[in-house]
Amino acid sequence: MGKTVKLRRVHKTAQYRRYTRSKAGNFFFFFFLTLFGLFSVVPLFYSVITSLKPLDELLITPPRMWVSRPTLANYTVLPSLMASLSVPLSRYIFNSVFVAAVTTFFHIIVSAMAAFVFSKSSLKCRGWLFALVQLALLYNAYTLAIPRYLIFSFTNIIDTYLVYILPSIPSAMGCFLIKQYMDGSVPNAILEAARIDGAGTTRIFWQLVMPLIKPAWLTLFLFEFQAMWTVIPGGTIFSEELKTLPQVMSSITAGGIARSGAAMAATVIMMIPPIIVFWITQSNVMETMSSSGIKE
Amino acid sequence: MKTDKKVARALDRPSGINSLSEKAAYTGLLLPFMVLFTIFTIIPVFSSIVLSFFDYDQVSTPIWVGLENYLRMVIGDRLFPIVFKNTLVMAVILGPLSYILAFVLAWCISEFRPVVRTFLAFLFYAPGLVGNAYFVWSIIFSGDAKGYANSILLSLGLINDPIVWFKNLDYNMGIIIIIQLWMSLGVSFLSNIAGIQNVPHDMYEAGAIDGIRNRWQELWYITLPSMKSILLFGAVMQIQSSFSIGAVITALVGYPTLNNSLDTIVTYLQDVGTQRYEFGYAAAISVVLFLMMLLFRVLVGNLLNLLGK
Repeated sequence: MGKTVKLRRVHKTAQYRRYTRSKAGNFFFFFFLTLFGLFSVVPLFYSVITSLKPLDELLITPPRMWVSRPTLANYTVLPSLMASLSVPLSRYIFNSVFVAAVTTFFHIIVSAMAAFVFSKSSLKCRGWLFALVQLALLYNAYTLAIPRYLIFSFTNIIDTYLVYILPSIPSAMGCFLIKQYMDGSVPNAILEAARIDGAGTTRIFWQLVMPLIKPAWLTLFLFEFQAMWTVIPGGTIFSEELKTLPQVMSSITAGGIARSGAAMAATVIMMIPPIIVFWITQSNVMETMSSSGIKE
Repeated sequence: MKTDKKVARALDRPSGINSLSEKAAYTGLLLPFMVLFTIFTIIPVFSSIVLSFFDYDQVSTPIWVGLENYLRMVIGDRLFPIVFKNTLVMAVILGPLSYILAFVLAWCISEFRPVVRTFLAFLFYAPGLVGNAYFVWSIIFSGDAKGYANSILLSLGLINDPIVWFKNLDYNMGIIIIIQLWMSLGVSFLSNIAGIQNVPHDMYEAGAIDGIRNRWQELWYITLPSMKSILLFGAVMQIQSSFSIGAVITALVGYPTLNNSLDTIVTYLQDVGTQRYEFGYAAAISVVLFLMMLLFRVLVGNLLNLLGK
């Protein structure tokens, strides 16, 4: 422990003190990170490679991790595979984007509003209500399918956009995440200060709290967008013009080995929006610096 | 002084003048969530718990059977003790490992520049972006001589016959745990990143002045205690996912697995519901699963209170 503490500037945005590592420590640190990174990216890499394979290379067993004669044929065949759809493809794209955007928006707002009450309010009931939210998180979703279906039919939302949107808005996980984040990052002192300056509860929430918890709701944005982008409702959507992209993609995948290239191409295309959302939200999270002075 | 009065009034809350309108504002903020949450989650959970005391096949009217479904798990069901044990073993091994991994990696990448950090986070989170990324493992651990793992071991002369990985009782549990561990960088990994991001830098500076000498002390005395609430979130999500392992096993190995060696409460639950239509019994099993998770939730909550001490 008697080592001297060396100070060094890591980079421009974080000029706080950092401690140096031994050479062996450095080696293991980067070795570990590289190994894990390579390991994690394999399926993504494999999906892209497979989508570029011509048919004869697709048939090789075991599947190879590289492609010797790359082709875009699997992508160019997609429009003709979709030509037979009874509803134009643009409708499915619209449905997916619409459902994902609306749900994610309300999901964040509604969860954050509730989390604010759970974290900072003077309401007496907040303790046990929040306990209820946490408990619901631990209940297995499988057995909830039947009672949920009965509620959908009772509220008359089956086969409408609402059956995608409404049940996904109140999430125990989202509320819990934002509440925990608020507990750690929004000091009561600044709320009091804002009150003294005459700000009301609603204004405090929108103008003070929401900007402070940006990393939390950006993270939630990614989770919810991803969930809604891949959602396939079980037995609650029947009209073709209300179906989303993943549902129509599965009809391409159903074409056997000859279509496995096209199926992989469709999978790769479906991965693009979540990847874009990942980069936008996470690079914003990483840029956020907790500035001094707002902490207790 | 005017300001002093204002301060005094503000400190008197919630019994102050505005407390009624304040309460109304809070209620308004809470209401949309609570209404939808009650309809789509609380009522279904409650009816599922009620259903666990009934015999119900989705066709005939439910019959009240009292505690029979619960008694059946303990004495009348050969499979339940097996899946209970499997679930517990997987959760106890996997839970802490992937929880620590999700933190350690988030912590490791926190010392890079933001762009590099985003890139590394992207690499680690990539399996989560691919959807059913675990399919890669069915190629690696394919049971014939052509599977990657088998062909490497065969060419090295370590084995003479290909190993049928998912049907080998010595290896299959270990393989599933590795696959799940590899998939574990999801919700808690990203929430940890957001949490670490939020530890103010002047706390590190103050820590250095107060005599913190290395990064381990910094981790233990500053980083971890400052993000305790996010760590609790990650822990609860970890408990939930570790006890709900099943989808990957069904996709890679199927159901039932050899000697039920990999069947978990969740895969069993789905079999009882979907194949046998015994919804009352399925509900009772999920109540027991819930109680198991609750026990671990309480335990972990107490453990996290020891951070930084």
